[in-house]
Amino acid sequence: MPPLLQLKGLVKRFPGVQALRGVDFELANSEVHALVGENGAGKSTLIKVIAGVHRPDEGSYRIDGADADIHDPRQAMAAGIRVVYQELELVPDLSVAENVFFGRLPAKGGRVDWSRLHADTRDALAQVGLNIDPRTLIRRLGIGPQQLVEIARALSQTARVLILDEPTSALSPTEIDRLFGLLRRLRRDVGIIYVSHKLEEITSLSDRVTVLRDGQLVGTHPTAELDEQRIIQLMVGRELTDAFPHMHRAHGEPVLEVEDLTTGRVQDVSLQVRAGEVVGLSGLMGAGRTELLRAIIGADRRRAGRVQVADRELGANSTTKARKLGLGLVPEDRRGHGIFADMSVLHNATIASLAQFAHAGWLRIRNREEMEVAGCVVERMAVRTPSLAQAVALLSGGNQQKVLLARWLLKRDLKVLLVDEPTRGIDVGARFEIYKLIDELADEGLAVLVVSSEMEEILGLCDRIYVMKEGAITAEFDRADADQESLLSAAL
Amino acid sequence: MIPNRLVHRLLHAEQTGLFLALALLCIVIGSLTPVFFTAVNLANVLRDAALVAIAAIGMVMIILQGEIDLSVGSTQAVVGIVAVYLLNTTESVALALLLSLCVGAAIGVVNGLLVTRAQINSLIATLGMMAILRGTAMVSTGAVSIQAKVDGFVEVGTGHLGPIPVPVLMAAVLFAAFWFVLHHTPFGRYIYAIGGNREAAELAGLPVQRIKVTVFVIGAMLASLSAFILASRLNSGQPNAGLGFELQVIAAVVLGGISLTGGIGTLVGALIGVLILTVLNNGLVLLNVSSFYHDIARGFVIILAVYLDTRRRRSLARRQAGH
Repeated sequence: MPPLLQLKGLVKRFPGVQALRGVDFELANSEVHALVGENGAGKSTLIKVIAGVHRPDEGSYRIDGADADIHDPRQAMAAGIRVVYQELELVPDLSVAENVFFGRLPAKGGRVDWSRLHADTRDALAQVGLNIDPRTLIRRLGIGPQQLVEIARALSQTARVLILDEPTSALSPTEIDRLFGLLRRLRRDVGIIYVSHKLEEITSLSDRVTVLRDGQLVGTHPTAELDEQRIIQLMVGRELTDAFPHMHRAHGEPVLEVEDLTTGRVQDVSLQVRAGEVVGLSGLMGAGRTELLRAIIGADRRRAGRVQVADRELGANSTTKARKLGLGLVPEDRRGHGIFADMSVLHNATIASLAQFAHAGWLRIRNREEMEVAGCVVERMAVRTPSLAQAVALLSGGNQQKVLLARWLLKRDLKVLLVDEPTRGIDVGARFEIYKLIDELADEGLAVLVVSSEMEEILGLCDRIYVMKEGAITAEFDRADADQESLLSAAL
Repeated sequence: MIPNRLVHRLLHAEQTGLFLALALLCIVIGSLTPVFFTAVNLANVLRDAALVAIAAIGMVMIILQGEIDLSVGSTQAVVGIVAVYLLNTTESVALALLLSLCVGAAIGVVNGLLVTRAQINSLIATLGMMAILRGTAMVSTGAVSIQAKVDGFVEVGTGHLGPIPVPVLMAAVLFAAFWFVLHHTPFGRYIYAIGGNREAAELAGLPVQRIKVTVFVIGAMLASLSAFILASRLNSGQPNAGLGFELQVIAAVVLGGISLTGGIGTLVGALIGVLILTVLNNGLVLLNVSSFYHDIARGFVIILAVYLDTRRRRSLARRQAGH
């Protein structure tokens, strides 16, 4: 029997990037086929080619062994290909039922047949194990149920291929279990393509794994022949023997001293970070960690407390003063709060240190010097960009994060670096590069304060850890005394 | 090598399309009326354009940082009146100019503080200022224009330096200076950054509020300079001067490709935008088209230009989204 989907020699170019360089991909009937690769490896492009969103520049596309001319999402839909994208495509102000049957509401005599719609929706929801009223507005659902509604929508029409792009990123453990149960049942009738960064999901769920790297096919292997370590190696193309760089740092004087800091969302926080030290802020989402970082640099109004950087008082609520005293923040929301999407890599990198490159600090910018110095830092951080003039929006998440780190490294008198979720949405390979970099920076004498929701990251990277809960610090651990359990119990 | 690169850059420059549109417009009008390409008429076009261009430089910076200023038209009236009043009392053109610019700066400070400190949306804040200033102009003069009584004042707006009209010279110098500021100083870079992502600018420690106020001040001072030139051309201060001027300026700037959401656009584009609207106006006058049609024509041009620009941006965004 010919494979359900067979794509050969796919090439897709975008201005400035070649997203796919001759990729082959096959999906058999009744299999769960995992698609993995670092960000920017070409997974999204491949999915979009399969879904008819992108038309490949070269290559063939066969369904059941017959040439298929799919260059439009509607043709892909007609062929039974359903995609659940990571960014949900539901209409928040319509009901669950209207979303599931969006564009094909059952009609009777020119009017919507509501009773049939709701009955059909109940059936569709039952299939994904979701027991909610079809009349509920999408807006009122959490991300997890929304994800399931989206899957129900995909399955409510005859599906032959189901593509799931990072479906579990917003799901709770119970919801994940339920989803996996569903996928195992569906596998009998549907070919499933499963994109994920979570390796344990891939090894437990999939039959085969296809690995992409830099737009090329690294290989397709039966999952039984692989383990997590091996998948990582295939993804990054090198051995990652030690996930976290190991460090024996000498700590200096306290550089960042916070005393009784209080804002709207932060209660009486005192902490210090010494030169050469990496300190972690652990805690649950909403514990006030991001708000604490904002409070330290003066982005939120301070009600009480003091912040000192190298014995100099950071007085008013001014991020400019914080920058001048040598405080830098790499925010959690890269796109919304970090990068300037319309500006180049160079201009993004030097925006916080322009005074160093300008005559008298504010007159003409010495362009050549700016290029040279920024070029060195960008190179040191291994930012993968065709040039410094590239628009930063065109880089992958990991590379954008490196540009944001570069922004502060370029500042000559930087003393304290605050990093909020350093590796959120960043693939494995770039993660380790960022860990290594943070480690090196501390070695060079910087004081680093890291917020992270990933226990492993906090435990692997930090010398000392504070745990926050409801805006206040509830515990402090030395690296040696902390483990996942102790951190979690302090956070709960 | 160099010509090749130059050709490539020209072909890919954002302003090439606009420039071609301007050239086409000139050719069409020139072929319909021979008067258009005479030296006298071209000097007139440039003189008219200079008035808008000077104010447009400020508007470019204000829109780039993601704000807008609707009060420039009323500023023209108030500053024109103040200028003529000061001129008549001090009998010094220089002093009158200096004080007029100070009045402009004060208006800019108020605009800037309303937007940054009071956190009022700039559209509303400057709309309010527009009404207040226009009303002030009317009240202070009893809605009657005041005549300038100093010889030489009229030279500011109508004089020449060699073959070049004085306002054109001023516009050219200011254009070059602010082009440099926008593209070669930290201040210019910050304006783009603030308009591109205000929150990120704040967290990166840029002095967002100070820059915003400064840009409003610069914008109002440039509008005041253009008011001074207008008053000199009219040899009087008129309470209804600059009616609709703010829209003329904003239209030219938007036509030139400055995005109203901030952070995108160049001074060169805006200059071409100013020239297109001025040439269009001039052409319609030469062709004896009733002035009521001028507004209609301008409206069409603006909508068309912004439509084309939106389409271009969308196709660019689509290409980026593929990544």
